[in-house]
Amino acid sequence: MLTGRDYVISLTVNGERHDIDADPEMPLLWALRDLIKLTGTKYGCGIAQCGACTIHIDGQPARACVTPVSAAVGTEIRTIEGLSPDATHPVQQAWIELDVVQCGYCQSGQVMAAAALLEQNPSPTDADIDAAMNGNICRCGTYPRIRAAVKRAAELKRAGEPA
Amino acid sequence: MSPTDTGGDNASPRIGRRHFLIGIGVIAGGIAAGQWLRPYLVGGRDSAPKEFQPHAFVRIGADDRVTVIIGKSEMGQGIYTGLPMILAEELDVNPQRLAVEIAGVDPAFNHPFLPAQFTGGSMSVMSTYEALRRVGATARRMIVQAAATEWGVAAADLRTEDGVVFAPDGRSATYGKFVEAASALPVPAKENITLKNRADFRYIGKPQRRLDSRIKVNGEAQFGIDVDLPNMLVAVVARPPQFGASVRSFDASQAKAVRGVVDVKQIPSGVAVIAEHTWAALKGREALRIEWQDGPGATLSTESMRTERRALLARTGLLAKNQGDAIAALADARRKIDVEYELPYLAHACMEPLNAVAWVKNDRCEMWLGTQGQSQDAQLVAAALGIPAANVKINTMFLGGGFGRRASGTSDFPVEAAHVAKGLNRPVKVVWTREDDTRGGYYRPFGLNRVQAAIGADGLPIAYFHRVVSKPVLANTALGKMAVSKEGVDPSTLEGSADMPYAIPNLRAEVHNTNETVPSLWWRSVGHSANGFVANSVIDELANLAGQDPYRYRRALLAGKPRHLAVLDKAATAAGWGKPLPKGHFHGIALQESFNSIVAQVAEVSVSGKQVRVHRVTCAVDCGLAVNPDQVVAQMQSGIVFGLSAALRGEITIEGGAAVQSNFDTYPVLRLADTPVIDVHIVDSDGPIGGIGEPGTPPIAPAVCNAIHAATGQRIRRLPISASLA
Repeated sequence: MLTGRDYVISLTVNGERHDIDADPEMPLLWALRDLIKLTGTKYGCGIAQCGACTIHIDGQPARACVTPVSAAVGTEIRTIEGLSPDATHPVQQAWIELDVVQCGYCQSGQVMAAAALLEQNPSPTDADIDAAMNGNICRCGTYPRIRAAVKRAAELKRAGEPA
Repeated sequence: MSPTDTGGDNASPRIGRRHFLIGIGVIAGGIAAGQWLRPYLVGGRDSAPKEFQPHAFVRIGADDRVTVIIGKSEMGQGIYTGLPMILAEELDVNPQRLAVEIAGVDPAFNHPFLPAQFTGGSMSVMSTYEALRRVGATARRMIVQAAATEWGVAAADLRTEDGVVFAPDGRSATYGKFVEAASALPVPAKENITLKNRADFRYIGKPQRRLDSRIKVNGEAQFGIDVDLPNMLVAVVARPPQFGASVRSFDASQAKAVRGVVDVKQIPSGVAVIAEHTWAALKGREALRIEWQDGPGATLSTESMRTERRALLARTGLLAKNQGDAIAALADARRKIDVEYELPYLAHACMEPLNAVAWVKNDRCEMWLGTQGQSQDAQLVAAALGIPAANVKINTMFLGGGFGRRASGTSDFPVEAAHVAKGLNRPVKVVWTREDDTRGGYYRPFGLNRVQAAIGADGLPIAYFHRVVSKPVLANTALGKMAVSKEGVDPSTLEGSADMPYAIPNLRAEVHNTNETVPSLWWRSVGHSANGFVANSVIDELANLAGQDPYRYRRALLAGKPRHLAVLDKAATAAGWGKPLPKGHFHGIALQESFNSIVAQVAEVSVSGKQVRVHRVTCAVDCGLAVNPDQVVAQMQSGIVFGLSAALRGEITIEGGAAVQSNFDTYPVLRLADTPVIDVHIVDSDGPIGGIGEPGTPPIAPAVCNAIHAATGQRIRRLPISASLA
């Protein structure tokens, strides 16, 4: 129930509108997780150091932990839950094919970062991958497989697109 | 209650049974350890298919669905794939068709060697391998017997493949057709069950894709921090700014004025701010005003501990190992070294910060945890609440990393959550921020080591005398302290050094136990991560002193140990040891036996000023039997990255009784761009099954430091490398 003191913020997440009662400064991360109940986006550091909270805002990768909800109003927010309806995005397919995940906690952010990279650069070089993925920490050490899987995802994506 | 009843009067739909594996099935009623059930036919109501359940570990449905129930915690090591594979092998079902269910807490899932449900010590496969095979083989035999009776043929004439029974006359049917008949059969005696020969394995030893990948790439997997229950609150705790300090007084008026804050209360570990959501709890905590009471460690610093430890290094310690007469051999030796090695405190820094959900209802408590130690958590939570341990129900979630931190000796984070939840009458999730987690202690201990070692006329070692000053790890855990000798020698303090495989005739080890306020804990590979560095560095120093090649020197010291030699040779050969490297690149080598596995690594390194670059790591491993070879590779990659993070820059320092570092900006960990190419070679072996989660970590620091020595002549005797090169 909303009262006179409430802030109403409208967010569009994965194509759906959500009206939430949130302080405008609340990081989008907590709005997504605690209020909209989309917990695929993870908390890892709160200071844009680890990338676990990577989402897409208007197609660009962003760190939800340092994005106030007020800054996300009027944008198209995409989270891991909205990347594909059935884990068939080329990045997800490549991750499954190469058994990238271990504990899995950072992988929502890794997958979202990789998906954003391939939107901008369909054929990333090693250096491109290092640069784009270096902000995403994985403590299980899945980095060697992430490198390989980004390349595999690029192949799958190119193969799946009309020439 | 049936064995599949979730037993929860409160499990929310989000946590309830899920298609793949998130079901929290509780085997109710206390099945004794490993006990066979009178075969159950469960389900069959509410349109659920009937299921045959001969044992706590497996159910087979009339719809052919095979569910394996796993009591180990999945923290990345692939246990929700590896253990089901073992059962599936003998059951003759393709592992990719399995459903995996997270077990409840029950003695049926206790560690075979410990009176507790616990995941750690790289023991899961080696300790459950036989039991899982036996359960799979027994269930298969009962299905086959049911088919034989129905078809009027001898059971011995039937064969099975991937969940289908075949008769010689061409008839066939899936396992699901026989669940009702199998449920009426007695469980066959153990001696009537034959297990497969290794040569007949269809699945074990061949790469299987992880069963939890899909739900970990679409956001579906539920970690402890993702738990959401109706009416749930979120809390953060303001903990003392130094280890051992306490709350003197606090003023919560401003905190309570923060919108969304529901309550503020003092608990043993600090002051909890309880709110409608995480952001309100964090804002509330910022608004708290607390006067802290200094504790006994108020002036503790890394420097003060280093001074104290160095003084102890000069004095005789508790004797931990004495073989031959190292003191006399050292006195007589002409070529010898006397060196000090220092290893810093290290935080585990799991990607998922610590958290716990607790719901206290009168004399009962239900918890949702990413934990490695369910039984201890239940006992200590019960003790904290003054209720029977049987009244604590724990639901195990996915762990966003563990590395030992989620099995602290005091169950610190579950117990704290229980204190927060007490009296609330609502579920509450206690979330640690990254800063709380990094500064929260339970580190790999800060250790100072003195090694005196000598070589003989042939250059080979004749004496090795290792004295270590450190805070014991096992002694501070409920499960480990039984391993501590009555004199106070904690085996983890010297493991990996005093018991190294290298042949040295005179060996002496002594320990001094410290007891500073900073809590210590096992950290991936426990004593091996510290002692493997010391021992492998010292061996390199001795090879140098002898003027011999470090790889061939190790070969000489491993003579008569074919498994060790095969691993060492594989790593050296695959890396091209002794062959030309790119300009400015150098090799270093190390070998460590830990958790019944043998791992050798060769690091290819270049050094430019103070910048160390690790280009490639070649790793060879003998773990006896590689159940899921690709996950063995994954765990080697993982252990190497984890150990390299620590070796290059990992360090928690103490000032004013508190950790200086707080987040990934001050406690940097390895990132993708700095990750070397890692080649892993599994060495075939008929040795006993070894662990795989930890043994990849110990060799990397000495391999890299030995390569730095080769490159620069500088011996790194203090980790992290960044501190030595500064």
